[in-house]
Amino acid sequence: MPYDPSDPLKDRITDIGPRYYEEFLPPVIKNNKGKWLYHEILEPGVLVHVSETGDEVYTVRTGGCRLMSIEHIREICEIADKHCDGYLRFTTRNNIEFMVDSKAKVKPLLDDLKSRKFEKGSFKFPIGGTGAGITNIVHTQGWVHCHTPAIDASGIVKAVMDGLFDEFGSMRMPAPVRVSLACCLNMCGAVHCSDIAILGIHRKPPMIDHEWIDKLCELPLAIAACPTAAIKPAKTASGLKSLEVNADRCMFCGNCYTMCAAMPLADEEGSGVAILLGGKLSNRISKPKFSKVIVPFIPNQPPRWEDTVNTIKRIVDVYAKDAQKYERVGDWAERIGWERFFEKCDLPFTHHLIDDYRFAYTTWRQSTQFKY
Amino acid sequence: MGKHNTPMLDELEKGPWPSFVSDIKQQVEKGKQALKEAPDDLLGVLELSYEDKVTHWKHGGIVGVFGYGGGIIGRYCDQPQQFPGVAHFHTVRVNQPASKYYTTEFLRGLCDLWEKYGSGLTNMHGSTGDIILLGTVTDNLEPLFYDMTHELNQDLGGSGSNLRTPACCLGLSRCQFSCYDTQEACYQFTMEYQDELHRPAFPYKFKFKFDGCPNGCVASIARADMSVIGTWRDNIRIDQEAVKAYVGGELLPNAGAHSSRDWGSFDIQKEVINLCPSQCMCYDGNKLEINDKECVRCMHCLNVMPRALRIGEDRGASILFGAKAPILEGAQMSTLTVPFMRMEPPFEELKELIEKVWDWWMEEGKNRERLGELIQRESFQKFLEICELEADPRMVDEPRSNPYIFWKEAEVEGGWTRDINEYRKKHQR
Repeated sequence: MPYDPSDPLKDRITDIGPRYYEEFLPPVIKNNKGKWLYHEILEPGVLVHVSETGDEVYTVRTGGCRLMSIEHIREICEIADKHCDGYLRFTTRNNIEFMVDSKAKVKPLLDDLKSRKFEKGSFKFPIGGTGAGITNIVHTQGWVHCHTPAIDASGIVKAVMDGLFDEFGSMRMPAPVRVSLACCLNMCGAVHCSDIAILGIHRKPPMIDHEWIDKLCELPLAIAACPTAAIKPAKTASGLKSLEVNADRCMFCGNCYTMCAAMPLADEEGSGVAILLGGKLSNRISKPKFSKVIVPFIPNQPPRWEDTVNTIKRIVDVYAKDAQKYERVGDWAERIGWERFFEKCDLPFTHHLIDDYRFAYTTWRQSTQFKY
Repeated sequence: MGKHNTPMLDELEKGPWPSFVSDIKQQVEKGKQALKEAPDDLLGVLELSYEDKVTHWKHGGIVGVFGYGGGIIGRYCDQPQQFPGVAHFHTVRVNQPASKYYTTEFLRGLCDLWEKYGSGLTNMHGSTGDIILLGTVTDNLEPLFYDMTHELNQDLGGSGSNLRTPACCLGLSRCQFSCYDTQEACYQFTMEYQDELHRPAFPYKFKFKFDGCPNGCVASIARADMSVIGTWRDNIRIDQEAVKAYVGGELLPNAGAHSSRDWGSFDIQKEVINLCPSQCMCYDGNKLEINDKECVRCMHCLNVMPRALRIGEDRGASILFGAKAPILEGAQMSTLTVPFMRMEPPFEELKELIEKVWDWWMEEGKNRERLGELIQRESFQKFLEICELEADPRMVDEPRSNPYIFWKEAEVEGGWTRDINEYRKKHQR
């Protein structure tokens, strides 16, 4: 029975959750689950996993745009039907993986993927994203679909990945480099533990829409939302209930705007990019660590964000030349010392980069050990 | 040719990386989606943002499907007259299958559904892991949900102050390092807590993520209120012949992960033994020895020599709590709370633990206070108390350096009630 708008609750099904994953496992994966012995990366973007049963699965990893049309998904399905018996998977970093169960099937798949381009020439399925290289950027919605961003997401990712394209398809970095983007401090993309993080920040305090704020918002919620207690009740000259912001105490987190639509803070000049560096999630060798702010602000530069792209490329180049094998970006910066990091990367160190929020003291240097 | 002139976005069709602009344009040209103008108007409003350098989306209103408090995010354009195709442009979160394996049959079904009811645009996938269907109108939500549940046997994901859609790495399905079945755990926890996922009753969002090993491919330690990270308690299994093959250059170290550059021949002393964070390995030219009691399972040696070394066989997971992004008190990573727990279906021990944690957080948590912030505000000791766990040196990097201990009265001999007059008998005023 199709949906009946006059009786929306008829035959209603709820709380069934996702489909059971096992339905979607390719046979070679299903048969060897829990039996894998080892893997090898045969070339950038191509992996083989070998099972104790002797079975092998060959995986071709391709970059994808997280923002994807159903026409494109249907093309992915066409490829998976042609080469992979109708199975595929996506990775946590927006890559697409095509799996085949014999080596002979790899080359036709690679040739097919490499031949597919969009009309204006960009690859539909670039191959890479493995090992000690730079894989796809995980990111958020940006100007495509979000109400709080300070920057776009998809456009910056496209520009940066164009700049790092050769590194996606190779494995010549000292260690994996994970680049992430979040278009505001809410960080639905959680970029705070990335080797390189592109983060949207605001620099102007919220404006107050005095005529509307009492109608649109719960004023006490907006006051309580401020982590620095910079917002207090106020009355306009005409006697309307409103709020006022102590601009000197504002750290531009945007939490008030999240709670109250009458306090917008995004701005053509005020909002832009901050770059953070040196975080990691893996426990390999060193412990997981947070990314640190190394560039406090770069203006929004649509459509190609040249300064952001060039800054990241410069850092990646210096890191690739200077770091030791296995050293993640943050481990490298700590070994050479942050003073040396700024010097080598030709980045200015300004007062913006010294912490003055919670636990700030723990990041100041209490030692006479430093480098000239 | 679309209806809007987009010279700035057209610049993003250049260069080798896949162009999302080219992709949206192909949907404009070929697509048969219900919201006919949506892809075209999305390009239009995005071009306007590129000119203005600010977003043109408004706060979402309350929209959803009947009986659920999450899964749909309301979204409206602030220039609806100029871009009517995206005036109402709500997001639908669809709970992805564990590890994001798909059949083309399912994906095609999803494409057909979204063609029938939406913009034809998606995110594969959103940051938390969901399939995101990007942009539809309120009237289409109920029929979309009806068809999704009836025809695709598929439910929505989480949003708002509820359990967000759990996510996992690919686990045992295609990885030799996984210490438990992350997919099964993810699925079972998703099913067990459907009510928490669909009907917001929490102070704020809550995320589960399941990593199979300390390499942490699904980022649970940074991104999940409860991070479940696979680990083991016994010895790393060593194939001494394979170790020699790595040393002799017959096997490619790092599974080939560094092979685009000449790093010289493999040096086990320099690349493995000396980099071990707990210095628990040695190699005498013939035999690799690991003092497993001192191993902290960082994964480095296993990553470098996957054909020689394998994870132990007494497996389970470490349970950590409290990670979150900066809003509001600053970013936090999860704190080790249960060093080792068995992870076998039906995962009763972990379910009991999380329910204790939720009871406390729902009772004590302030509006929009994440679990990690509550633990900081109330203390880790309090958290251990509600978890009914004993303190363990594995839970800290180091003991406290300040001596401000909040002793409890019951811990102090004789309690706290004293008589000042008795005191004065011995001590003059």
